[in-house]
Amino acid sequence: MYELRYDPQICEECETVDCLMRCQYINIDLEEAKKERQKIIAGQDSRVLHECATCYACEEYCPYDNHPFYLIVERQEQLETRPVPIPIVKQQIKMMGPRGQIVPQKVSAPVINMCFFPMLTGSIRGKLFEGASTIAGSDIFCNIMWLHFAKNSVIRERLPKMIDNITNYYLKDSGVDEVICFHDECYGAYTKLAPAFGIEVPFKTIHLYEYLTKRLWELKDHIKPVNEVVAYQRPCSNRLIPETQHWVDEIFELIGVVRPDREYDRENALCCATLIRAMQREELADEIQNKNIDDMQAVDAKYCVFNCPMCLMTLREMVEERGMTPIMMSDLCQIALGESLWG
Amino acid sequence: MEYAEILHRCFRCGYCKLPSSYQDLNCPSYLKFRFETYSPGGRMWLLREWLDGGIKTSERFQEILYSCTACGNCVEHCIFPKFKADLLNAFTAGRVELVDRGVLPRLVSRYFKAIYNYGNPYKLLKEERGKWAEGLDIEIYKDHEHLFYVGCAGSHDERGQKMTRAVASLMKRLDVSFGILGADEICDGNEVRVMGEEGLFEHLAKQNIETFQKAGVNKIITLSPHAYHAMKNYYPFFGGSFQVLHYTQILAGLIGKAGFTMPSKPLKVTFHDPCYLGRHNNDYFTPRVVLGAIPGVEIVEMDRSKVDSLCCGGGGGNFFTDILGGGPDSSSRVRAREAAETGAEVLAVACPKCAKMLDDAIKAEDMEEKLRVMDSAEILIERLVQANEENETATSVSR
Amino acid sequence: MKDVYQQLVSIVGPAYASNHPEERFFYSRDGGTMEPREPDFVVMPKTTDEVQQIMKLANEREIPVVPMGGGLVLSGLSRPLKGGIVLDMKRMNRILEVNETSRYVVVEAGASQGMLQAYLKKHHPKLKHSVPDAPPIATIAGNVLIHGSGHLSAMGGFHTDMLNGLEVVLPTGEMVRIGSCSTSPYWFSRFPLPDLSGLFLGWAGTTGVATKIAIKLYPNRPFNDVIIFVTEDPEIVPDVIHRLSGVAVAEDILAWMTPKPVWAHGFQMLNVNYGADSRRELTLKRDLLRESVSKYIDEKVGGFMPLPPDMKKRFLEAPASTLAVFADVNKGGGFEYVGGIMPIELFPEAYRKGLEVASKHAVTYSLGARIIGLGHCMMFFYAYAFNRADEADVKRAQQALEDTNGMVLEMGGIPWKAEAPAQKQIINKMHPPTYELMNRIRAVLDPKGIMNPGNWEVS
Repeated sequence: MYELRYDPQICEECETVDCLMRCQYINIDLEEAKKERQKIIAGQDSRVLHECATCYACEEYCPYDNHPFYLIVERQEQLETRPVPIPIVKQQIKMMGPRGQIVPQKVSAPVINMCFFPMLTGSIRGKLFEGASTIAGSDIFCNIMWLHFAKNSVIRERLPKMIDNITNYYLKDSGVDEVICFHDECYGAYTKLAPAFGIEVPFKTIHLYEYLTKRLWELKDHIKPVNEVVAYQRPCSNRLIPETQHWVDEIFELIGVVRPDREYDRENALCCATLIRAMQREELADEIQNKNIDDMQAVDAKYCVFNCPMCLMTLREMVEERGMTPIMMSDLCQIALGESLWG
Repeated sequence: MEYAEILHRCFRCGYCKLPSSYQDLNCPSYLKFRFETYSPGGRMWLLREWLDGGIKTSERFQEILYSCTACGNCVEHCIFPKFKADLLNAFTAGRVELVDRGVLPRLVSRYFKAIYNYGNPYKLLKEERGKWAEGLDIEIYKDHEHLFYVGCAGSHDERGQKMTRAVASLMKRLDVSFGILGADEICDGNEVRVMGEEGLFEHLAKQNIETFQKAGVNKIITLSPHAYHAMKNYYPFFGGSFQVLHYTQILAGLIGKAGFTMPSKPLKVTFHDPCYLGRHNNDYFTPRVVLGAIPGVEIVEMDRSKVDSLCCGGGGGNFFTDILGGGPDSSSRVRAREAAETGAEVLAVACPKCAKMLDDAIKAEDMEEKLRVMDSAEILIERLVQANEENETATSVSR
Repeated sequence: MKDVYQQLVSIVGPAYASNHPEERFFYSRDGGTMEPREPDFVVMPKTTDEVQQIMKLANEREIPVVPMGGGLVLSGLSRPLKGGIVLDMKRMNRILEVNETSRYVVVEAGASQGMLQAYLKKHHPKLKHSVPDAPPIATIAGNVLIHGSGHLSAMGGFHTDMLNGLEVVLPTGEMVRIGSCSTSPYWFSRFPLPDLSGLFLGWAGTTGVATKIAIKLYPNRPFNDVIIFVTEDPEIVPDVIHRLSGVAVAEDILAWMTPKPVWAHGFQMLNVNYGADSRRELTLKRDLLRESVSKYIDEKVGGFMPLPPDMKKRFLEAPASTLAVFADVNKGGGFEYVGGIMPIELFPEAYRKGLEVASKHAVTYSLGARIIGLGHCMMFFYAYAFNRADEADVKRAQQALEDTNGMVLEMGGIPWKAEAPAQKQIINKMHPPTYELMNRIRAVLDPKGIMNPGNWEVS
């Protein structure tokens, strides 16, 4: 059930092996890349399965949308290469499991899906979110995170239930058929991950940034340009949905902030490194974080803007220490609308 | 007894006695008496034992219950999230039980009786109520935007009156539309409520609500945070929903815009948060905005401020009953010493009870030379006078 | 007894001596499961001189005296088993001297942990003391005198190991100084003199009343971190502790095992706290700690939890305020624990047997272990919550505690700050001449047997 939609032939015929050649964490030449690719296809152990930082980027780099990253995760699980120590994986599986606390709730559009971050529902306020309903909790967690833990099996087991929960507890009886995903992870899970595993998603998903762009256009007269330089922390899950990237620039333009070119942004974005720490690769995590934050500082960013709450939690302190202000994208938009962040 | 079901859940861990920094005792009655029995945990355990009949009602037991100033430090710092909010409610319920059983300290019954008979604890006739306003040209409330509700201490206590006059004069000068009830004003009942006389509180609240409604009052400015608390949070239960503001909340928006000329000499001020504005209503910001808006005023914080503020000792009826009592370990004196340590010249207050308690404490500590208690209106008016004098001197010199 | 009360009043003043039922009720018990024992008087002295006067009076009239600090021991040690006077020491709470260079502080015996913490933070921000996980109102002296441990125990051992000196009032009323302060104006060490402090440490208040105490202070470093090692194999834990503590950079190592939240159930977590003077040093220390257990990480049977800085805050708090909240898990207002002091290698057995006892008595439990010194031993704790309003539940917890005390002794550990019944269990296992020596010492110090009688006694 829920077979990965992966075509080995596409990979076998691929001459550029972008998935590995462009990888920021594995240093490899084309010849070796081809060999390692073959091993992965054949279900054999490969250095890639051990060195992969699970940053999702190869999903973006693959010109054929053939899901090279999902396959890597599939093989890591099958071959038990265990990127993360066993007890840590088990503990996370318990920690992030559905608690069965969901109760039916009438919602009305727009419905903002806050995923497993109920503590962020305070961000849903002000003119941007007038009349919005929020849904959140362990029982609607998108479960995409298991890609970092070599646990596609958990995705297969949990994601369909979550989709059912959203449909049956919230949307169906409310006559709503679309949710706005606050977080890239959910949007990526419902629009890319689920289809790749043949998991059906009966509702429509809208990216938060699309919604914000629309609202900002409507509220254009209220916008006071922020007039600051920002650095954007692109989360790993955005690698699954690069087509949403343009909204970031559009929003920044609307609210009057500048996102200067920097080395580790866009297709060369760096991971926040929390999951690299879970892999116990602390030195690599330190290196990535330092490179990333040095790079933000080099463009004199005033704000470091986040989409992912986990990236925010991970990098907040470091960003602050360097004199930048960490902020969620929606909060930054609220500043542009002259709204106080504390109500 | 209401809230009896939480009494056994106290672990007597003692976080309730302390501020966030743990630096010193922050529960006024425990600070003064030092027996564990006078701490919030002590009250929890004793109340339970008393309800179970293990200990009898005694003067000591009454003193333990009535020396609580209801300052809310225990609620703020108790580490049990599931019942901490009801700690003070439980102590109030204990006092309600004493009232119901008719076993009250003499000072407390006297207090209730005075309020019942006179509408104030000073046993003064109603004609005395508005006398503080003499010579200030303040109108009786008619169709003003606000009613200025002064309260008992602000109307009858000498120190309170001084503050009332300053606040009223300043509001006039800032063109705030307000009137007072004068002789028709009676006690707001906040202390009566906390001291457990629910019936009398209901009586006072209803009477006040009726008076306000008859006069067509919509917005109320209170001098005292105690009245502010009662009217804002309890009067709605009796059908009285008004927009209630503490006077600092009116001043905050106006002082900055007034463009007052101030004397050149800066003034170092430390602010003492009143419990009923701060911990009970979570407003630590406004009174600081008011002080900050007075040109030349520099605010220095005491170690214990905002949620960690040490109560002046006047709450829970202790302003009148003085069950908490004086002495070097009384919280008003400890607080006065703490204020002096900041090097401030003025200990700023926003409550007439705090003003009186801390004034007396400074006298008892013999610190009148270096520290004065003033409310923000008093500070502002004094500085206006000083600025005038400076100006006149400058003019006469230039002549 | 009336005249005793009058005399106590004349010593401390009427405000600070009580024979009222309210105080007699409250001071008859603590937050644990032990049955109440009422004092006749509760007295709060302000000075050493007052303590001496009280002791002389008590000695003359043969009235039991029980000194009490925060009263937070939970095992009922400050209940007056034979009535008499409870000395609440918390009015003697001055911080007398901080020596920055030689890193020590002298305080009166009633000074609280929290007060010293705040005082150092304000006046000597580069220094700290080892804070136990008792609530901050706990006294410094009380904790040292019972052989406490805390947030610097992986560095400095038991709090008794951090003791520099004592001022004690003997049961007969004389005041003595112990340690360098007996011979020098400085409180720098207990040595090189004959170490008389042992006469007063671990005796449960049966040998005298401490009035002043000096303890060692430690660097308070500006950068601090905690890493949490997780495994589900208790058998490897002793070696993991041995390795982590052997690096000698940890300030505190604390194991915890609890059925709630669900993600903690079945795992053994080891918090390792450490500090540094720079970010770089902090990273180096982290790497050293990780390197020490790389064997287990490579084998994938253990690793460090990925925790963003925000989530670490509660693990960096001293004392951990969340610990006391365990008392309210079942809305019951109480817990008590057995702290078994034992060698590290007993961890797997101690853990398994703890689960067995908890399951047998169906008590809500929380287990853990604070590592003492560089893995020299540990204080393995078995905490059981109970509902104070339900007598049967209190009894059940009491029974579980008694079983646990027995189990700890049987394994080769020794219960810490043991309840009076557990003290008897210990004595039964003790080499008899040792107990005999204890009694001889007590007889010399306290000829009339007035100090916390009922403790360290067989019958």
